[in-house]
Amino acid sequence: MVAATDTATAFVEFDRVQKSYDGETLVVKDLNLSMPKGEFLTMLGPSGSGKTTCLMMLAGFETATHGEIRLDGKEINNIPPHKRGIGMVFQNYALFPHMSVAENLAFPLEVRKIGKSDREAKIKRALDMVQMGDFAGRRPAQLSGGQQQRIALARALVFEPELVLMDEPLGALDKQLRETLQFEITKLAHDLGITVVYVTHDQTEALTMSDRVAVFDDGRIQQLAKPDTLYEAPENSFVAQFIGENNTLEGTVQNIQGDRCEVRLDDGEVIDAKPVNVSSVGERTKVSIRPERVETNRDRLQEGAHTLKAEVLEFIYMGDIFRTRLRVAGKDDFIVKTRNAPDQARLQPGQQVEIGWLPEDCRALDA
Amino acid sequence: MTDATTGPDHVTGPTPDNAMRDADRAQAQASGPVLAADGKPLKRSLNRALRAQKLRALALIAPLLIFILVTFIAPIADMLFRSVENEIVAETLPRTVIALEDYTGGVPDEPVYEALGKDLTIAAELKEHTRLGSRLNYETTGISSLFRRTGRDVDDLGETYTDQFEDLNEAWEEPSTFVALFADPTWIEEQQEWAAQAEADRDFNEPEPRFYLADGVEEVFPETAPMYERFAQVIQTEDEDSPTEEEPWNIVYLTLYQDLMANPDIADAYDGEVATLLSNAADAVQGFETMNVKEFFLESDEDWADPEVWGTIKAFSPEYTSGYFLASADLQLTPNGIERQDEDQRIYGLLFQRTLFMSMVIMFSCILLGYPIAYLLSNLPLRTSNILLILVLLPFWTSLLVRTSSWKVLLQQQGVINDILVWIGLVSDGNRLVMINNQFGTIVAMTHILLPFMILPLYSVMKTIPPSYVRAAKSLGASNWTAFWRVYFPQSVPGIGAGCILVFILAIGYYITPELVGGTTGTFISNRIAYHISTSLNWGLAAALGSILLAVVLVLYWLYDKIVGIDNVSLG
Repeated sequence: MVAATDTATAFVEFDRVQKSYDGETLVVKDLNLSMPKGEFLTMLGPSGSGKTTCLMMLAGFETATHGEIRLDGKEINNIPPHKRGIGMVFQNYALFPHMSVAENLAFPLEVRKIGKSDREAKIKRALDMVQMGDFAGRRPAQLSGGQQQRIALARALVFEPELVLMDEPLGALDKQLRETLQFEITKLAHDLGITVVYVTHDQTEALTMSDRVAVFDDGRIQQLAKPDTLYEAPENSFVAQFIGENNTLEGTVQNIQGDRCEVRLDDGEVIDAKPVNVSSVGERTKVSIRPERVETNRDRLQEGAHTLKAEVLEFIYMGDIFRTRLRVAGKDDFIVKTRNAPDQARLQPGQQVEIGWLPEDCRALDA
Repeated sequence: MTDATTGPDHVTGPTPDNAMRDADRAQAQASGPVLAADGKPLKRSLNRALRAQKLRALALIAPLLIFILVTFIAPIADMLFRSVENEIVAETLPRTVIALEDYTGGVPDEPVYEALGKDLTIAAELKEHTRLGSRLNYETTGISSLFRRTGRDVDDLGETYTDQFEDLNEAWEEPSTFVALFADPTWIEEQQEWAAQAEADRDFNEPEPRFYLADGVEEVFPETAPMYERFAQVIQTEDEDSPTEEEPWNIVYLTLYQDLMANPDIADAYDGEVATLLSNAADAVQGFETMNVKEFFLESDEDWADPEVWGTIKAFSPEYTSGYFLASADLQLTPNGIERQDEDQRIYGLLFQRTLFMSMVIMFSCILLGYPIAYLLSNLPLRTSNILLILVLLPFWTSLLVRTSSWKVLLQQQGVINDILVWIGLVSDGNRLVMINNQFGTIVAMTHILLPFMILPLYSVMKTIPPSYVRAAKSLGASNWTAFWRVYFPQSVPGIGAGCILVFILAIGYYITPELVGGTTGTFISNRIAYHISTSLNWGLAAALGSILLAVVLVLYWLYDKIVGIDNVSLG
């Protein structure tokens, strides 16, 4: 686990938090997390991994069974949601249907007893911020999904919270709109300097938007890192599998020397790899190689690359890239992605080729 | 950038859809209306295609539609009509109604009594006078017996003239004289044929041909001819007898006397035997002893000199009357216009007020009791809420009568609740609470009975309110109460609306429960309507009360639509 932030400067902090609904199983197991002010952190994970529960505990709608949650240094476990001052955006927008857009935005200001003129200025600013200035008089039902989500965002920001939680806010939108809004949300968050905890199960969303991503599985954070680290240096095979496309070869560690190890694959082949979380000889391991790090052209292989024989099973033309499925070391789901370049060969199914990669790109992870 | 510019509907570039639309538009512009493949206008083809669907839909609802029309709409329309219908007076007393046209009060003159005498004779022969008597008795008590008594006497009216005519010539005793005077010659022939056939064949049982007057006889005998015609009809239809065998009523002699007095040359219209008879009679009537019809009536019953009786007849002589509605509003129609009912008879205003007030109280009790339950139900896990929902519905499966009676057991002075209160010591044995046969009992029992009608719509509306709204409100800084009051409650209003309409409308027309547990202070207007339908048989008044009730409900419904909006009513 990466201890990215010092506890002293932490703005949001989970300290050994556990959560159980039924008293028999833990949904969240020993969660430790601290984030500095202004960070955009995404909780990413499959459904049931505990990410939404964490968010709800932070918002105050669920109570932690054990452990402490701190906001700006203060324990907030026993503070009711409406006193936490945390903005929240919901997946179904949760705009109040009986109020106009302006009334929705006025709501958090009214309950804070902010004066009328002040209120109007803030509403206008918030609406302009999400480019919805002309829609103040509309009812939520008269808006499209994307527009509703902008309003929900504006409503969560209008009372200027320092922390905003977003629970899969773009889940119900189509792809194009989602990408536009991803960009806008990130920009807004950085411009306003607010701290954001964002929950999603869409890894692309997580990688493109966040400063850091916490990958959740089985009630634990599997890895908490910057997006590039997460992609390029997954710390365990779950993260390697969950983030991006990944080729896995299974084998046994034969020899470890510093940042090199030899792995005997199940078909007898021996390859070099970088040991990540294997420590002893004889341990089972899953070797992870990203498809775009594999070279099919002998001439382009860099020095020190490891080569392996392979048989082409399928060639898919995808425009900007070629996607080739190969049989490697007895496994027939080995994927190679190559850039569509003039000198790039288009492999034919049935063809015997030699593929290769650098040992640094080949990570030996837990089995 | 907003969605409006990126939405699929706003793509202005060349998409397949847009191309099709453009092509359609171009075609439409080029050749006028769009044509179907067979060359007929597309609109007509579409209408024909849809007509079959509409007909099928109509056929599917037809049985229900007919059922409702026959068993529901038609009776209601009939009842509404009854609340203003008043043909009985003009139908039974046509001459009197005309004679009373200029009546302004006091005791009327002889012509009015003469007209009444003729009308009443016919009515009494038809036995319709009692019906009219009870109708007018709703308005002024005593008229019923007045009509009944005089109805018995009235067949003697005109006897003075009968005797004098018969003394003059025995021919006036003969039915045949009158037949010869008034009947159409063709009818006489028909009648004789019929009589001959009836004589010959014992199994012959066709009725006698209908009597009809000779042409022009009405001008000769303006009074007697219609009266004799009526006599002949009554004899034929009511008594199944023949005018050729029955001596006319005394009143016919009276009219004969009047006609002869008015026109001494009456015999000129006839020749032969009858002409002689008539001219003799015409000469003799000048010396006849006369009688006074008014005195005859006063002798029969001195109430005939009561202006109130005549005022009532006059006030209710039109074919349509506002009398029932006025009575429903504690007013009455008098010859001097609309007046308030006597103090001790003003009950309907009070009853309407009480019905509305108690229905409101019941409705609000249902909201108060039902809202928390519905809230709980909609927020519990489905399994638990289903069990609780069954408990809510349980009363529906129990007979209404049983539920109401059980409240009697609970609430009466020797009942369970009083026993417990006495046992605890809250109430002394001598001062047991009166909780039944009054308003309190009715409200308690009806709230209990109508509660499910409030809970169910509330529950189904609350079920559709996602919990994220309240969460959102709280995350925005609203306290529990504010989140409930400003976010949850407004969204549950449609359920309250639906529940209120259901409960209120059911309550306002409720009958059994107030009847059983209402005593005298807890009865509703519906109990009074039932009384008029089944006991006093004053259907007109019952219909008027029902119509007012219906109007009140409609007005409230309209008000509700104005204030809350009927679109806001939801059953889920």
